[in-house]
Amino acid sequence: MNKYFPFIALALLALVPLLGLNSYLMHILILVVMWSVIGMAWNLLSGYCGQVSFGHAAFFGAGAYTSGILYFKLGISGWWGLPLSLATSIVFALVIGFICLRLRGPYFALATLAMGVILRITTENLTGFTGGDLGIMIRERSWIEKTNYYYIILALAAVSYWLVKLVIESKLGYYFVAIREDQDAAESLGINTTLYKTIALVLSAMLTGLAGAFYMNYMGYIDPKVVFALHDISIVAIMVVMVGGVATYWGPTVGSLIMVLLAELIRNVPRLGTAHQTLFGILLIVIIIFLPNGIVGDFGKIRRLFGGKAARP
Amino acid sequence: MSLLEVKKVSRFFGGITAVKDVSFEVRQGEILGLIGPNGAGKTTLFNVVNGFYVPSRGEVLFKGETISGRKPYEICKRGMARTFQVVKPLQRMSVMDNVVASAFLRAKNRREADELAMETLTFAGLAGDRDVISKGLPLGKRKRLEIARALATRPELLLLDESFAGLNPSELDESIGIIRKIKDRGITIMIIEHHMKVIMSISDRIVVLNYGEKIAEGSPLEIGKNHQVIEAYLGEAQSA
Repeated sequence: MNKYFPFIALALLALVPLLGLNSYLMHILILVVMWSVIGMAWNLLSGYCGQVSFGHAAFFGAGAYTSGILYFKLGISGWWGLPLSLATSIVFALVIGFICLRLRGPYFALATLAMGVILRITTENLTGFTGGDLGIMIRERSWIEKTNYYYIILALAAVSYWLVKLVIESKLGYYFVAIREDQDAAESLGINTTLYKTIALVLSAMLTGLAGAFYMNYMGYIDPKVVFALHDISIVAIMVVMVGGVATYWGPTVGSLIMVLLAELIRNVPRLGTAHQTLFGILLIVIIIFLPNGIVGDFGKIRRLFGGKAARP
Repeated sequence: MSLLEVKKVSRFFGGITAVKDVSFEVRQGEILGLIGPNGAGKTTLFNVVNGFYVPSRGEVLFKGETISGRKPYEICKRGMARTFQVVKPLQRMSVMDNVVASAFLRAKNRREADELAMETLTFAGLAGDRDVISKGLPLGKRKRLEIARALATRPELLLLDESFAGLNPSELDESIGIIRKIKDRGITIMIIEHHMKVIMSISDRIVVLNYGEKIAEGSPLEIGKNHQVIEAYLGEAQSA
């Protein structure tokens, strides 16, 4: 891929608000960009470093509640949650990592899944601190218009993309992939696997937490069932990357575009609307069977399928 | 001077004794062969030396300091690298990336890591395969990739676990040549090998294990004549 492509893509995306899209389309676009941030975060930990997380809602929710509680308890702008969510994400990642990273493979995945659920239940019950099941509502929204929200999340996405690329092309990236491919071999090559897995988790949690803090400020309302959701957050984070392409730079973005559009399209179909998760499940099965490397990873395959020139990898 | 000292090391798995009271030393600059019938405890001993297992009893000293109980990555940083009997290439990485990943241990930046990796690949005769995804390499080259990857961590002591098993004669010659070149660089080698001809020709000294115990130690010539060793390999002589 052309090395100027990311800059061109960013410039084009930055011009989108000038098209004067209606507020529904802008909302869709904001969700796509937000999910691409979460996807990039998940991809860093699970796609590159091979530590598959089923509990990224834990970090998303922690970020969202950082913003929410700042507003709810201290009465200051929820936007302060953006920088502060970095700190909370680091703390949560260190604690969760300390517990879960000693486990390997599916055991790690299950432990992270449990972490997401534990945080949801905790948040539901700490009613004094978090508002419990009633959730947190930000009454005075920063802007009615979507444009500013769009630019904020676009900036976060650009930073995420740049960070992931920087990390993956450095020593860290080599170590992450080495750990994914064979943890024992990595250890015997002088790689402190516990340390580097923790670094991957912390970086991933920070980006996810930022997306969560943004979500609070953008949507104006959160409750534990929404931001700590297993099926709507943790699983979608996985799907976005699986569909788009695991361990690719653009996979999460392509995946989030498809997933968000698909969710919206299905929602508008009468009767089928509530079945969107069933359809996601079917889609995931199809992807795993026919495009195990996702749309970006198996792009050559797709081109061949449609009669294009066979691209040699 | 001895680079590595194994002192009365035992390793139990439940009630099974895999290695029992084994002591020997590896001297600076030599090639030490470690042989023994299947299940003699050779690989277990390697895993103890390299830090994958903690010895149940006894201790291991590397450069005069005890390393038992240290993690494999710490031991690697101190200058000991190993290969695996069942090769563990980083499958979905290219040959070059495999070696770059290990070169980062000593390299300060990406450029240095690339240089060190390229140099090591050339040394191991794999420069032509640098862009091949390591999953697709034939076994002979995968075994050599293991060696190259270990070398890129700039070790003083290299542990080779059956680096010759399953190789065809021409691959065998190539690998023997590489081992000799490694020795010429001043790197000490401890090697597990079943291939008698190879081990007899390249080792300076040989340690023989049987049922987890050391039964002999000496020069290849001495080992070749040792009755206990012959018995362990061929069974007891029929009494007339």
